[in-house]
Amino acid sequence: MATGFDPSGRLPDFFTSTGTSSFTQFLSQAAPELLPGRRPLPPGLSADIAPHGTTIIAIATAEGVVMAGDRRATMGNLIASRDIKKVHPADAYSLIGIAGTAGIGIELIRLFQVELEHYEKIEGAMLSLDGKANRLASMVRGNLGAAMQGLAVVPLFAGFDLTPGDVTRAGRIFSFDVAGGLYEETGYEAIGSGSLFAKSALKKRYRPGVSTEDAITLAVEALYDAADDDTATGGPDVIRKIYPVVMTATAAGTHRLSDEEITTVAERVVAGRTENPGG
Amino acid sequence: MAMQFYASPEQVQRDRSEYARKGIARGRSAVVLTYEGGILLVAENITTLRKISEIYDKIAFAAVGRYNEFEALRRGGVRMADMVGLSYDRRDVTARALANTYTQTLGAIFSETQKPYEVEICVAQVGASPEADELYRITYDGSVMDEPGFMAMGGQAEAIAGVLRDRHDASAELTSALTLAAEALGSVGGENGQTRTLTPKQLEVAVLDRRRPGRAFRRLAGPALTTLLGHESVPEADLGDVDAAPPAPAEAKPTISAASEDTE
Repeated sequence: MATGFDPSGRLPDFFTSTGTSSFTQFLSQAAPELLPGRRPLPPGLSADIAPHGTTIIAIATAEGVVMAGDRRATMGNLIASRDIKKVHPADAYSLIGIAGTAGIGIELIRLFQVELEHYEKIEGAMLSLDGKANRLASMVRGNLGAAMQGLAVVPLFAGFDLTPGDVTRAGRIFSFDVAGGLYEETGYEAIGSGSLFAKSALKKRYRPGVSTEDAITLAVEALYDAADDDTATGGPDVIRKIYPVVMTATAAGTHRLSDEEITTVAERVVAGRTENPGG
Repeated sequence: MAMQFYASPEQVQRDRSEYARKGIARGRSAVVLTYEGGILLVAENITTLRKISEIYDKIAFAAVGRYNEFEALRRGGVRMADMVGLSYDRRDVTARALANTYTQTLGAIFSETQKPYEVEICVAQVGASPEADELYRITYDGSVMDEPGFMAMGGQAEAIAGVLRDRHDASAELTSALTLAAEALGSVGGENGQTRTLTPKQLEVAVLDRRRPGRAFRRLAGPALTTLLGHESVPEADLGDVDAAPPAPAEAKPTISAASEDTE
């Protein structure tokens, strides 16, 4: 039996109470130790004890959004992982990527996925895209204590809005700060150490209403530029065939590009850069 | 001073059982049966208050009886499943564990409180083949039964189960399984023992799709259900007391997630 259960095996009262539709709020009653941000941390800065993930990009397209992330995790000057996946589906219509302390970020993603699915099952309807973003903001806020000790994690959230206020903007992107600030972005956004270079690349190439296909190439190009100038961002690894994780969210739901699809795009980008390293 | 009359424990249990059984028998019925492509759950329900719902990837919940009571159990089940799935792995959430918790909960309520829950619930888990499917029936007193491929709950469940017993075929297609379920539910409750023909709007239908990766639960409603049942659309007037139904929730919102196959 999992934590939080009565020794008799029956459901404790707070399981069956009407209570809340939020899973994290429920966990704070049933099993607070499963929630991040509640653990006491030893004093001092502990930034280098765990791997860090880096660059994530999101681009709004005509059909929805594209999100892409490189595959590198670093620990100080070491490469901790060459093939970490930092972009995940949050639910059927939204995507989440993380930059910062990988362990905390992955825990945040898992909890956020359960949070959305839980609400959907309890209420029989999905949260609105803004509702999801607000929920994520409060979860990031819960990590502020750890963030101040160097274990910061910042997500990037993007999704297809099923009930948009403006039909031309069905694909929406939300960024966050460590304090839980929530900002809706226009067009594109990047987070992580390589984001400066990725955003500079996107600034010159992004056009509103770009097709999903073009946005995928744009994202891979921008990640190439980030990896070019930032050691913590991994470029396309043609030796091991490790390429960025690229996902889309459109009216048809979320989709992760298959290895073949992304290999084709990445090899084309690499070939282009062989001709002209500046892109 | 009021006299305290002695009542034997047997008498108390009998009274509670009778009370619960009467409460359950008043409601409309539900059936759950396996078919070739998964598990089919059908409840006679003209309201938008759900009797059938998703618990987890491969697990669904169906209930009859008093709504507030089985809704509390359903929420508890979703919470338990999500908590176990988060602390271990998605594959570690099983219908048997859930059935065990429900039987303990209902058993305790039956023996320790004044009023037993007037509910009968089914926890269904879809497997790789019809033989691997699991159906658990948990009744108001906490007794649990592992059902062989089909079950009926609610008022006149015996008669409905009789129809299912004669005709259930685990290798049947969805269309024939659905037809059987609708006919079984319609086999009781007609005037002078006549059978009734249930329309799509009188049925709440969901399946646990064996071949669907990730979350297997899928509701069937609207045109899809009408087509499967082979019905033409039916005028509103033939539906009975529709007035009792609360306003429909926003139908445009899909409640099915396709993402969990790559959700970690």
